[in-house]
Amino acid sequence: MDHFIIIGNGIAGITAARHVRQQNAGVQITVVSAESDHFYSRTALMYIFMGHLRYENTKPYEDWFWAKNRIDLKRAYVNRIDTATKQVHCDDGSALTYSALVIATGSTPARFNWPGQDAVGVQGLYGLPDLATMERNTVGPSPRGVKQAVVVGGGLIGVEMAEMLHSRGIAVTMLVREATYWRSVLPPEEGALIGQHLQKHHIELRLETELREILTDDSGRVRAVITTAGDEIPAQFVGLAVGVVPTVGFLAGSGIAVNKGVLVNEFFETNVPDVYAIGDCNEFTVSVLGSDGAARKPIEQIWYTGRMHGETLAQTLCGQRTAYRPGVFFNSAKFFDIEYQTYGTMNATPEATESTFFWQHPHRNECLRINYRTTDQAVVGIHALGLRLRHAICERWILEQRPVDKVLDYLQLADFNPEFSPFPKLAPGRGPGRKTWFRRLFA
Amino acid sequence: MFPTATRLWEHGPERTSRLKRHSLVAVPNELPKQVQTVNISTSSLFILMKRTQRLGLGLFLIGLAVFVGSLTLSQYRLTDAVLQESIKPEHLADVRAATAPMQGKLYPNSVGFVGDFKAAIERINAGYRQRQAWKQVINDNYVFSVMKASSMGFFPANTGWFFAGSVLLAVLGALLYILPNRQKLPGIKNNGIFTNPATNGGWIGYIVGAFLIGFYVLLYFFPEYLTNWVLLFDPIKYALTGSQNVGPSASQWFVYGSLYTLVILVMGVRMLIKYRGNPYQQLRTTSVMFFQVCFAFLIPEFLSFMHQPAQDLKNMWPLDYSFYFDYRLDEKIKAGSFGIFLLVWGTALWMIGVPVLTYFFGKRWYCSWVCGCGGLAETLGDPYRQLSDKRLVAWKFERVIVHSVLVFAVLMTGLVLYSYISKQSNLFGFLDAYSVRSTYGFWIGSIFSGVVGTGFYPLAGSRVWCRFGCPLAAYLGLVQRFKSRFRITTNGGQCISCGNCSAYCEMGIDVRWYAQRGQDIVRSSCVGCGICSAVCPRGVLNLENADESSRLLEPMPIIIGNDSVRLRQ
Repeated sequence: MDHFIIIGNGIAGITAARHVRQQNAGVQITVVSAESDHFYSRTALMYIFMGHLRYENTKPYEDWFWAKNRIDLKRAYVNRIDTATKQVHCDDGSALTYSALVIATGSTPARFNWPGQDAVGVQGLYGLPDLATMERNTVGPSPRGVKQAVVVGGGLIGVEMAEMLHSRGIAVTMLVREATYWRSVLPPEEGALIGQHLQKHHIELRLETELREILTDDSGRVRAVITTAGDEIPAQFVGLAVGVVPTVGFLAGSGIAVNKGVLVNEFFETNVPDVYAIGDCNEFTVSVLGSDGAARKPIEQIWYTGRMHGETLAQTLCGQRTAYRPGVFFNSAKFFDIEYQTYGTMNATPEATESTFFWQHPHRNECLRINYRTTDQAVVGIHALGLRLRHAICERWILEQRPVDKVLDYLQLADFNPEFSPFPKLAPGRGPGRKTWFRRLFA
Repeated sequence: MFPTATRLWEHGPERTSRLKRHSLVAVPNELPKQVQTVNISTSSLFILMKRTQRLGLGLFLIGLAVFVGSLTLSQYRLTDAVLQESIKPEHLADVRAATAPMQGKLYPNSVGFVGDFKAAIERINAGYRQRQAWKQVINDNYVFSVMKASSMGFFPANTGWFFAGSVLLAVLGALLYILPNRQKLPGIKNNGIFTNPATNGGWIGYIVGAFLIGFYVLLYFFPEYLTNWVLLFDPIKYALTGSQNVGPSASQWFVYGSLYTLVILVMGVRMLIKYRGNPYQQLRTTSVMFFQVCFAFLIPEFLSFMHQPAQDLKNMWPLDYSFYFDYRLDEKIKAGSFGIFLLVWGTALWMIGVPVLTYFFGKRWYCSWVCGCGGLAETLGDPYRQLSDKRLVAWKFERVIVHSVLVFAVLMTGLVLYSYISKQSNLFGFLDAYSVRSTYGFWIGSIFSGVVGTGFYPLAGSRVWCRFGCPLAAYLGLVQRFKSRFRITTNGGQCISCGNCSAYCEMGIDVRWYAQRGQDIVRSSCVGCGICSAVCPRGVLNLENADESSRLLEPMPIIIGNDSVRLRQ
């Protein structure tokens, strides 16, 4: 009987397991994870820390689900993979034989060899163990406790850590390399809007500032950081949020080709037969294009991407060899109280061939940007802060290369704000306009 | 909808096509490079806020303690005047004789008085029963009114002061606790909900739950111990009815109605502050506050002041299970054309109103915008919504039990109407309409909806009754599930499976199960409170009324996933 072994119970591995089971009742499926007994949603880690949720709430499936669907869960760390005998050797001494192996081990917070980076109270945030560490680290040495924290990195994990620390009354300073928040993804206007919002929440932003050194006290615990500007900032906690790198260390010597991530083609196949890699940990050797023709990054460490990888690979594993061809890019985030959604290609600085349309509310935390090709006006990307956009509509506009005029005319179609919440009307007098709540009833 | 000044493009809307790259008006977001660190926990405003809240909590607890303690503060002395006022003439002689030893005696607390009085009535009845004089057995419950009339001492003489020192103080304290939250930035913060023993089913939850359960047991089964509260609320009743001589004096139900309304108002203010920035939540909360104050409280009082049958015009059968009971039908028929209007209105509400409005809006038009039970759940119950059971097994149990209650309610009402029309209380020789309806009243009307439904708020969530027991919710749910434009739309593939929606669903719906599959949520139990949409950090969920055919009831691999995977076209 076929035995599919999946290393990693994150969104990519679990999605693959579930979709294989949906199509194939016979195959044996084993998911190996060192992190947790059951699949939980990594994206909800911050909510556990802030007391919005318990760990149990973050498990999308009840514990009986796995036995019912005959997905075996094994709690172990994989030490070594023997591709010649097709065996996976675990730290509990057991060896499992696979007919197909899926590597879905995700990634690890990056560190850049800063002096003092191994001090107590310095950490990244990726999984459950990090959350436990953070609980320990933020309690701090009694009786003083942790009063000040520094978060290094102005990205998504950075702002999450800031919000988590803030919820416990800890003063947070964020070190941001660029001139505005998350400049690698957000244009300066959006970055400034977020920056202002963070400051309203009493988060101190140090822009164009990086970490130089972490200082420790006698007990080996962090007491301050020194920035590239030479400033010393007292801190009893340091969060490292400068990106993640694929978790591939355990593959050394296995014969599976690795660069930054596990190298795969568009079918997620590695250089070794019957070994696949999906999710955060893989790296494409071929260029992957979205259905709108936009190139995707060779390593795309996004939760949604992991889910798509898992779903696509399941087709191949069930006998229907299927290439990865993602739809129009999308992503989302939340910066304290401001939601963010993005669709298509949104270059932080538009290409020379692109133009941009930008709208911002005068006092609310809302803005909308549409990027389009200057030549034919075709929309290539839409993103918004503080507004909810309808995924299916935005995707269609980008796929069909709608001119920006038309998109503005029909913007109301993309309104996904809750009922009674105002949505901007940017092209008055044209397009259908937003029907009143009463009129929509009888649509 | 937006002032023109907000459109930040160069040439105006009619020339959008000529937009140049970066053709932006300057954006007012200049960010200073260095900002002094402000430690939120030491800023003076924060400290003031915290102190005010602590003061408010203290005042609330004092008010509550005085309120509860006031139940023990009366002394009781039975006099002949009390008996003449409270006892029907045909029973007066018997009761007077049986309570002769009590008369003039000063009881320091309610327990001895209730015991002696009940024993006296029981002695009378025992004698009649022995002689099989069934017609003369006293079935009226006199103890409540006799207790109330016999109260004396410092407390009954100073109810105004006690009212101020208990109810008003508690309201003031609660508002001082709630209002400072306006200083926080808008945005839903559920920080600490699952670590606080008051809201995570911890020890404070158990204490509050025991208190609420105790309250409901006394209210439904031993109201004679609550007569001091009735004395506290008598002046309000008199104020509403104009004078002491018009209309009946306050009963325990008036106290309950007043407290209920007060709680919905105070906790409604909390909702308005917590969900400011979310117009749907604010409108909905305002709506339940309005319907409670006007429809449940003021209009029935006004009707009884006008000597008309008092009816909550928004309440309807089968939630209002006694609507077709003989005494209520008789009362309406006696009241003439207005009574007939009430009968027709109440019947049309469930017969026509429910299917039509639920078709257009879903059952939320009632459950989370109008209903009194829903009003309490959405205000007082909001801090407890996350405690509902989300397991699949709970859903299976819910479906069986809530529809059983609906069937029970329909059969019970059918039997009651049959016996009303045919003047026979028995059907098939063994089904006794009176015993069936009193069984329903006791188990469903009192135990389930009151003691369990509200008493278990801090332990099992705010919608135990609505979810497992309410026959009207079951009926509305059937319409919503099979013939309605209402659904919760899932926004493509944006779900991150975080679980906030499921956790904060008061009806125990595993919203995430649908959302992460890109599937719309069509569930009979959904009351449309909109909290899943409000707490969603990614803007995935939206309550919508749209064409039934646009409901998406299958998982959507195309949107969620890979463009080359097309399982369903």
